[in-house]
Amino acid sequence: MKNSKPHKIRWSFIIFFIPVALWLFLLIVFPHLELLKMSFTGTDFYGKSGFTLENYGEFFKEPIYWRTFARTALYSIFVTFIVLVISLPVTFYITKIAKIKSQGFLTILVLIPFWVSELIRVYGWIILLRESGVINKFLLKIGIFKVPHEMLYNDITMVMGLVYTSMLFMIVPIIGVMESLDDALIEAAYDLGAKKTTIWRKIIIPYVTPGIMSGSIIVFMLVLGSYLTPKLMGGKNALWFTEQIYNSMIIYFNWNQGAAFGFLLLLLSSLIIFVALKVTRQDFKEVVK
Amino acid sequence: MQIALSVKNLTKKFGDFTAVNNISFEVEDGKFFSILGPSGCGKTTLLRMIAGFHKPTSGIIEIREKNVLEVEPNKRPVNLVFQNLALFPMMNVFENIAFGLRRRGEKGPEVDKKVNVMLERVGLPGYGKKQINQLSGGQKQRIAIARALVLDPTVLLLDEPLGALDAKLREHMKVELKKLQVEVGTTFVYITHDQSEAMVMSDYVAVMNSGHFEQLDTPQNLYSNPASSFVAQFVGNNNKFIVGLKKDESGNFYATTPEGGQFLLSEPFDLQDQGTFEMYVRPEAMIINPSQGNKAINELNADVKAILFDGGNSRLLVVPENSKQELIVALPQNHQFDYIKAKDKIRVGWYPESAVCFKKSEEKIYEEL
Ligand SMILES: Nc1ncnc2c1ncn2[C@@H]1O[C@H](COP(=O)(O)OP(=O)(O)O)[C@@H](O)[C@H]1O
Ligand SMILES: [Mg+2]
Repeated sequence: MKNSKPHKIRWSFIIFFIPVALWLFLLIVFPHLELLKMSFTGTDFYGKSGFTLENYGEFFKEPIYWRTFARTALYSIFVTFIVLVISLPVTFYITKIAKIKSQGFLTILVLIPFWVSELIRVYGWIILLRESGVINKFLLKIGIFKVPHEMLYNDITMVMGLVYTSMLFMIVPIIGVMESLDDALIEAAYDLGAKKTTIWRKIIIPYVTPGIMSGSIIVFMLVLGSYLTPKLMGGKNALWFTEQIYNSMIIYFNWNQGAAFGFLLLLLSSLIIFVALKVTRQDFKEVVK
Repeated sequence: MQIALSVKNLTKKFGDFTAVNNISFEVEDGKFFSILGPSGCGKTTLLRMIAGFHKPTSGIIEIREKNVLEVEPNKRPVNLVFQNLALFPMMNVFENIAFGLRRRGEKGPEVDKKVNVMLERVGLPGYGKKQINQLSGGQKQRIAIARALVLDPTVLLLDEPLGALDAKLREHMKVELKKLQVEVGTTFVYITHDQSEAMVMSDYVAVMNSGHFEQLDTPQNLYSNPASSFVAQFVGNNNKFIVGLKKDESGNFYATTPEGGQFLLSEPFDLQDQGTFEMYVRPEAMIINPSQGNKAINELNADVKAILFDGGNSRLLVVPENSKQELIVALPQNHQFDYIKAKDKIRVGWYPESAVCFKKSEEKIYEEL
């Protein structure tokens, strides 16, 4: 190459790069490598540790494990879908219909729940929904319920809690893209004879797909990896896969098993995201932008 | 001739502000009708009411003698070419043009045929597979027009479609657009702030100013018989004199300038309301060094300030004696006056019939830069 310049050491680059590299390595890469090693390690009958596939084998042998796994995956996809269905009209309202003045206010309204921790939010739901909770009291008073009902600890409340918890992470990326959608495109489609549903299907959704994808990836990963909400609000006799990992590691003190489960979860989320991107023909680079 | 579009007493208010003020007009089938006015005068608002995006405050819009006020935009037999084109970036050229046809339930070979014929029409055959961001400004323009025209609307509405193009391309597209309109025979209602676009393409032009029509006429009449001071200034170039009026004992009317000039006028005026008037003389009506002693000609002495060479459109910039006001005088193309240099003294004259005179209007008149 003719015009390649002699290499100059870019000190500023190195100074900024080292902490980032250290952070990435020490907190992300290193523990994961350690966990990966752990997941392939087992102790044999005599207490000697060595390489084994047993930890992964266990997962496939015990139906409770892979059932929980499948349940977690399907519910995560379902929750992501519900969040998307609610977010689309909400973001459309915030960016296109609400007056400029109230846009900021509405966005803050969406944000406010995230100023408190997940735990507090979940307890909020519990106060509302439990047998002696606010909603039961109210419904009893106006005579719709004869006896109080337990509204917590089933899959519907869990899904509701997960949807509520992850809504913001769908709304924010979609607002970003929807804002740049020229109103004239919607009007042009309307002028050319499109119905409202067609405008959504052919113009708005294709336009905001990058936002939908990045929102969906975040929400899906959040839901898949969430622990508190399913544990505190979900049904008593069905687990979330993260609880399975927790149980392995903390209750049974089987770190090797837990590590294997952790890797399976990582694999699953990567696979589903990969398939989703392929199906919608989105470039990962576009989506994370 | 059938009336394609008829607008009666149309008014649109945004709060207290009247954007369109009691406008009425009719457009015959197959005509090229332009609405010409400075930006902010309410053109887009008027067009959007016709397309159905704004509800009029009062008035009636009829298309082929049917009142369409209750008809939604997606059902009106008119289509709009948007100011910023609004091509769908998520579709290729073919799908953009086919969009409206598909909404009508047309399918397969029928759509293919219509789209391809349309692409041919606008001079872009074989462009169907291109993405919108691969097109140049002029090509986007044509696709936007093709997308609306393929639906064969009763009236095609165009909102300053050439505004975003550079000057050269705009000149070219003007001619193209006019040819296209003649070819397809669709009624065009075209809005623009560029008087030359309106003049070149239109059968009729309405000059619009702050929400109302000043004059609706053929381009020729607008140019030679402006009905108001605004039209005289907005359409074509004009030299403006601030004058007073007076009448002599033989009944002739004169315009008098503060510098003491006195110019014969061709038509009588009502002198009841004394006040300031504005007299307009076109640059090409100005005669350089008219033959001496022609009493019928108004004359003044002027200094040549500069020669504005522009090929066939070359002009002199002159300043009348004792005055600061600049006048533009067109140079004939026969090189007859090539000897004139800056700082020369010349005489400038015009026939009284070439001048028009209006009472100075109180309202603020838009001045083109
Ligand atoms: N939706 C609206 N609300 C309030 N005022 C508007 C609205 N649309 C246009 N206007 C005002 O109406 C006037 C005419 O606008 P417009 O029709 O866009 O002018 P033009 O197209 O001739 O440039 C402008 O002063 C504009 O500010
Ligand atoms: Mg406009």
